[in-house]
Amino acid sequence: MAKTFTMRVFRGDAAGGDFKEYTVEGGEGMVVLDVVHRIQATHAPDLACRWNCKAGKCGSCSAEINGKPRLMCMTRMDIFEENEVVSVAPMRTFPIIRDLVTDVSYNYEKAKQVPPLRLKPADPDGRYRMMQEDVERGQEFHKCIECFLCQNVCHVIRDHEGLKKSFSGPRFFIKIAGLEMHPLDTRDRTDFVREQAGVGFCNITKCCTEVCPEHIHITDNGIIPMKERMADNFDPVVWVLRKIRGSKKAAP
Amino acid sequence: MATVEYETHEHDVLVIGAGGAGLRAAIEAAAQGVSVGLVCKSLLGKAHTVMAEGGIAAAMGNVWPEDNWQVHFRDTMRGGKMLNNWRMAQLHAQESPERVLELERYGALFDRTKDGLISQRDFGGHRYARLAHVGDRTGLEMIRTLQYHAIHQAIEVYMECKIERLLKDGDRVCGAFGYWRNTGKFVLFKAKAIVLATGGIGKAWKYTSNSWEYSGDGHSLAFWAGADLIDMEFVQFHPTGMVWPPSVRGILVTEGVRGDGGTLKNTAGERFMFNYIPEFFKAETADSQEEADRWYQDKKNNRRTPDLLPRDEVARAINSEVKAGRGTVHGGVFLDICTRRDADYIRKRLPSMYHQFKELAGVDITKEPMEVGPTMHYVMGGVRVDADSTAATVPGLFAAGEVAGGLHGSNRLGGNSLGDLLVFGRRAGLHAALYCKNLGGRLTVDGGQVESIARTLLEPFTRSGSENPYTIQADLQDTMHNLVGIIRVEAELQQALEKLAVLKQRAARVHVDGGRVYNPGWHVALDLASLLTVSECCALAALERKESRGGHTREDHPYTDDTWGAVNLVSRQQGDRIDLRREPLPQMPPELKALVQERQ
Repeated sequence: MAKTFTMRVFRGDAAGGDFKEYTVEGGEGMVVLDVVHRIQATHAPDLACRWNCKAGKCGSCSAEINGKPRLMCMTRMDIFEENEVVSVAPMRTFPIIRDLVTDVSYNYEKAKQVPPLRLKPADPDGRYRMMQEDVERGQEFHKCIECFLCQNVCHVIRDHEGLKKSFSGPRFFIKIAGLEMHPLDTRDRTDFVREQAGVGFCNITKCCTEVCPEHIHITDNGIIPMKERMADNFDPVVWVLRKIRGSKKAAP
Repeated sequence: MATVEYETHEHDVLVIGAGGAGLRAAIEAAAQGVSVGLVCKSLLGKAHTVMAEGGIAAAMGNVWPEDNWQVHFRDTMRGGKMLNNWRMAQLHAQESPERVLELERYGALFDRTKDGLISQRDFGGHRYARLAHVGDRTGLEMIRTLQYHAIHQAIEVYMECKIERLLKDGDRVCGAFGYWRNTGKFVLFKAKAIVLATGGIGKAWKYTSNSWEYSGDGHSLAFWAGADLIDMEFVQFHPTGMVWPPSVRGILVTEGVRGDGGTLKNTAGERFMFNYIPEFFKAETADSQEEADRWYQDKKNNRRTPDLLPRDEVARAINSEVKAGRGTVHGGVFLDICTRRDADYIRKRLPSMYHQFKELAGVDITKEPMEVGPTMHYVMGGVRVDADSTAATVPGLFAAGEVAGGLHGSNRLGGNSLGDLLVFGRRAGLHAALYCKNLGGRLTVDGGQVESIARTLLEPFTRSGSENPYTIQADLQDTMHNLVGIIRVEAELQQALEKLAVLKQRAARVHVDGGRVYNPGWHVALDLASLLTVSECCALAALERKESRGGHTREDHPYTDDTWGAVNLVSRQQGDRIDLRREPLPQMPPELKALVQERQ
């Protein structure tokens, strides 16, 4: 197969830059990351990009491909039209370091702020027992590969520099949700979720859910229940109902 | 000549590598109250541990109460064809269960048994279902759990930082020198103790399940610092890597597929593994399909399916089938689970395999068989360590995980890597911290030595050569793949060594353009030194060991040889060359010997 792929790749840094076009030899089953690697090996050895596993498991190679946030390693070239010139740009929300590499340290700062697991006491034999159906709810959030695509498309992070200080973003909302649903966790994160994580700023446009390569239901299973709990905690009517019924879960 | 600029950080313990072993080491060292730095080449949480799929082997006895550390020890020793460091295998079997439970206390959510305990799955070479797992993404759960535990401890994390050399004061380790990938600027770490947790050497081969990070950094750092490496001839080819399409060749297909009922078939539809049961495992392996299939449910009255023989056996069998013309057009065999388990079960047990084949190969594994073939996966050889303390032969240097040698002997069982990371990661952190506390006197870093290293690292920018680093890397990978692969022979190994010598000369002429800021061309150029070092160690030891055992198969010496079974090959740097010597295995105490010889 003497096919070729032509790609427009962003080259530049904080000072500026532009898309540069490269044409390389194609091959069956190639993904965008393969093309980027081929460009490095044959045209531009210094083309900067992050990658590790090349199998959609590490979340390193996030980029905007034809304007759409995706993992380069899981985007096959055959989804594009033949002879289509595919563009690859770095994630827009994070400060650029060089070419396709951005400074994602915001996420690592937010990660540190999430109050960790506070373990309940073990069973009398020293073991912990959890039922499969109870761990599964949390396991959905543990699938997160930290590609930060959800953070990249979040309007709050993208467009509201001033709010970033008190906003964790979807990645960390599901981190919190995973902890809250952890059968062994006993910590109350109510104040943190409201004041530091800033879940109230999310207006549920579901952009984060749409780009999640792990298909985690970030909004429906993570953010919305969290918002409801916040509302619960504030609402005097719910508070009275709960007093009467003796249960938080008893829905009206 | 202008003075080279670099920043300096100082810690008691510096851990290099932030996969499972590095994170666990850092956590333990921090718990000892010493100052800890943790350096990783990628972003935190991206290390190769993230790709481990099947699970953590630990004899917890949750599914089979008959299981215990003695059985696990026996399986590990037999899987490694008795070349293992017995003490490491013992510690690993004894301590893995507690390390798994500890991970649970850190917040890991393992799949459960009906009683609510941690569930355990079948894997190759393990007598009982023993692997604690989370579907087929156990490594992700493990690294994320350790990562989020670690960021709340007193550990300073240095991301996207590559260490190029270790520094010594006399015969002791006193620091490490490297560069920031983001800026290209140099950085010096002064440290009393260094823990190597850098993983393996897979990027020296063409088809590998390993990521770019596996360039033999820790192996080479230790070797260049004068430490011993052992067992470098033993390389594990995982039997089941993807083979089609070409761009995904080598990506891992978990052994869990076979653990959960999948079987290997050739193009004639034959379950060929029944034709490849070696004498060594005959007594414990099913010889009929009926018995093999019954074994999944009833392990007391049936023997294990040959589909789950240790990885070296299965990889060789697939290789033979393909060579005999019974492989697929793409050079693989079939791995079938779709005709044996229902779609819901497959999607639930193997979600990431389902996703991986669907997205990358356009194959629905609930409806079609997978095409698989061997892929370079793991190096058994590594830094020679003291079993209890993980101390290398250079004072102040410790090693844990894949970079350390000994635990797995000539072949690692699936599931024994994640346990290795936890058990010996913890031990490395603990003993490195204790070493610091007991260290008297001051360590001094030689500034001249640092400057000379820095200048060497910058040479690719200024020298007049014209070699492309990517081309040399690809040529190296071809060489190792073609000449130091699954099946080896003297003439080819000699040829490999000749080619490596040429590649070394070419590497000295590598030129890179551009600046120092995030320049992958420069990074690849610098990685060539360690890749070439580990490749040479491997080829040389493979040439020397004139027998076949585990992850070392010699076409010209096809049998195991008891004389060779009594020695490790030890590699040490002697000036510019590698000094290779045979050293007797540590002697196993009689009570453990009895465990291994016992018939089941």
